[in-house]
Amino acid sequence: MTDAALSAEPILTAKPENRVWKKFRNHKSAMVGGVLVAFFVLIALAAPILPIPDPAATDWGAVRKAPSWAHWMGTDEIGRDVMSRMIWGAQASLLAGVVSVSIAVVIGVPLGIVAGYFGGWSDAVISRCTEALLAAPFLILAIALAAFLGPSLANAMIAIGISATPIFIRLTRGQVISVKSEDYVDSARAIGLPTPRILTRYILPNVLPPILVQATLTIATAIIAEAALSFLGLGQQPPEPSWGSMLNTAKNFLNQAPWMALWPGVSIFLVVLGFNLLGDGLRDALDPREH
Amino acid sequence: MPQFLLRRIIIALPTIVLISIFVFILQKLLPGDPLLVLAGEERDPETLAFLREKYRLNDPIWMQYLAWIGNALQGDLGISLRTNQPVTELMAQKLPVTIQLAVMSMIFALVIGIPAGILSAVKKGTATDYIANIVALSGLSIPNFWLGIMLILLVSVKWQLLPASGYVPLSEDFGQSIRTMLMPSFVLGTALAATLMRHTRSSMLSVLSADYVRTARAKGLTERVVILKHALRNALTPIVTLIALLFGELVAGAVLTEQIFTIPGFGKLVVDAVFNRDYAVVQGIVLVTAVGFIFMNLFADAMYYVLNPRLRGQ
Repeated sequence: MTDAALSAEPILTAKPENRVWKKFRNHKSAMVGGVLVAFFVLIALAAPILPIPDPAATDWGAVRKAPSWAHWMGTDEIGRDVMSRMIWGAQASLLAGVVSVSIAVVIGVPLGIVAGYFGGWSDAVISRCTEALLAAPFLILAIALAAFLGPSLANAMIAIGISATPIFIRLTRGQVISVKSEDYVDSARAIGLPTPRILTRYILPNVLPPILVQATLTIATAIIAEAALSFLGLGQQPPEPSWGSMLNTAKNFLNQAPWMALWPGVSIFLVVLGFNLLGDGLRDALDPREH
Repeated sequence: MPQFLLRRIIIALPTIVLISIFVFILQKLLPGDPLLVLAGEERDPETLAFLREKYRLNDPIWMQYLAWIGNALQGDLGISLRTNQPVTELMAQKLPVTIQLAVMSMIFALVIGIPAGILSAVKKGTATDYIANIVALSGLSIPNFWLGIMLILLVSVKWQLLPASGYVPLSEDFGQSIRTMLMPSFVLGTALAATLMRHTRSSMLSVLSADYVRTARAKGLTERVVILKHALRNALTPIVTLIALLFGELVAGAVLTEQIFTIPGFGKLVVDAVFNRDYAVVQGIVLVTAVGFIFMNLFADAMYYVLNPRLRGQ
């Protein structure tokens, strides 16, 4: 669209979605983030059809071999192809990021809406519990929960999800409080709409943008947390591949096979950077103050 | 002043009670009966009954909680299953190690984060600002346990400059103690530096557009004086409170950092306890760090009050 066409257009017909999308598209770092995330998502999805060796297949003739034509990222301590394990490990990392944040959103947002909209006792109870959970450092809470639930990828996701829930309760509550005194919510109440309808039709859509930003940034945190738990042995269990547990093994072979530690770290860094850039970009694009 | 803080303390109390309830429930959620382990192979009914009585498992759950919290308030958090030491004693042993790590990390964070934040705010929109932001975002995205591994690989294995692991108490050999802690505190410090830099930048930016900064410039003061004396002092108020709040991140970061550099501190204690199913220790640490965090919050509020005279009128 040219500038002339834009200025000829009446302002009211410019849909907010278009404006947001345009701002987002022009946000260079957000696009870099988007590309990084898309790359890892594609790799993770394509893992079963890519022409790569079985990530669990050991080859005692090729133990700790440096990167070569046969093994682009080298092999590990029992001769497994590192690149294949990296690609399958992307599945575990992304899954952990998305599933744990979904858990946090699905529990946190409704609780935040209840606390913010109804106030009173429900708010007092929910807010105090939120503060209590927020007081325990995120990773310590996740480690403790994962320890009590038992080590597995699913339990790590639950532990990270629960640890991230209070962030979403607090954010949603604050947003709902600022939205519920808006005129359109008053009007909806005045014409006698039932509360559930007000909540889903008028409150929820207006509190979603900051939640979306927070969710994107929390996926980044959750991926690091999953890698940390797997690194400690509380996440994905061997022989299933995971970037965190690969790093844990790699630290024992730093001298002989430094490449084993290089790739998983670089990948975690890039995918986390991707989600962070994407989140920052979304925040800028969705911020109505900056036109 | 007392009123403002008093209100804060009153709000903190129910939070502390709730934390203790959460921590207590964690233990109850444990799969299996811990007594079956204690009672040994034979599971003699009489022994079981005795243990049940001893650990008050026949009491209603709220009585059990009250007994537990009563002991905790007197500094008795139970006995470590692994070392048979009281949990409080174990924590007291490990605490100085982690405090040294935390203090040194904080020094790294401040020395890197605050100047970088000021620089990037003052040079907003320039290449310096852009680079500082990219470095900060990268700092937030690098898993610090990986950064630690890479540093060990380069600094200890390849160049052999610093020890890769271990811990020497400060009182034993000051120089060696600092040397062993240098890499771990750098790893932990850089992560915090990124957060500090981003906050210092936005705080400086909002202050730089304030009227009194414009007035200072109009008076003909040099840019150096305007930024360091007029802007920075005001911009640092929220940063000081942020530093207190970064405590949680420090403790959590210490878990992984201590694991990588095999430092016998608080963080390593948690991980070892988790793997030895030493739940009393895990519970104790979660309780103590959470309560510690609440106190740091109160401290941050108090600092904010002290640094911001405008609050005193209220």
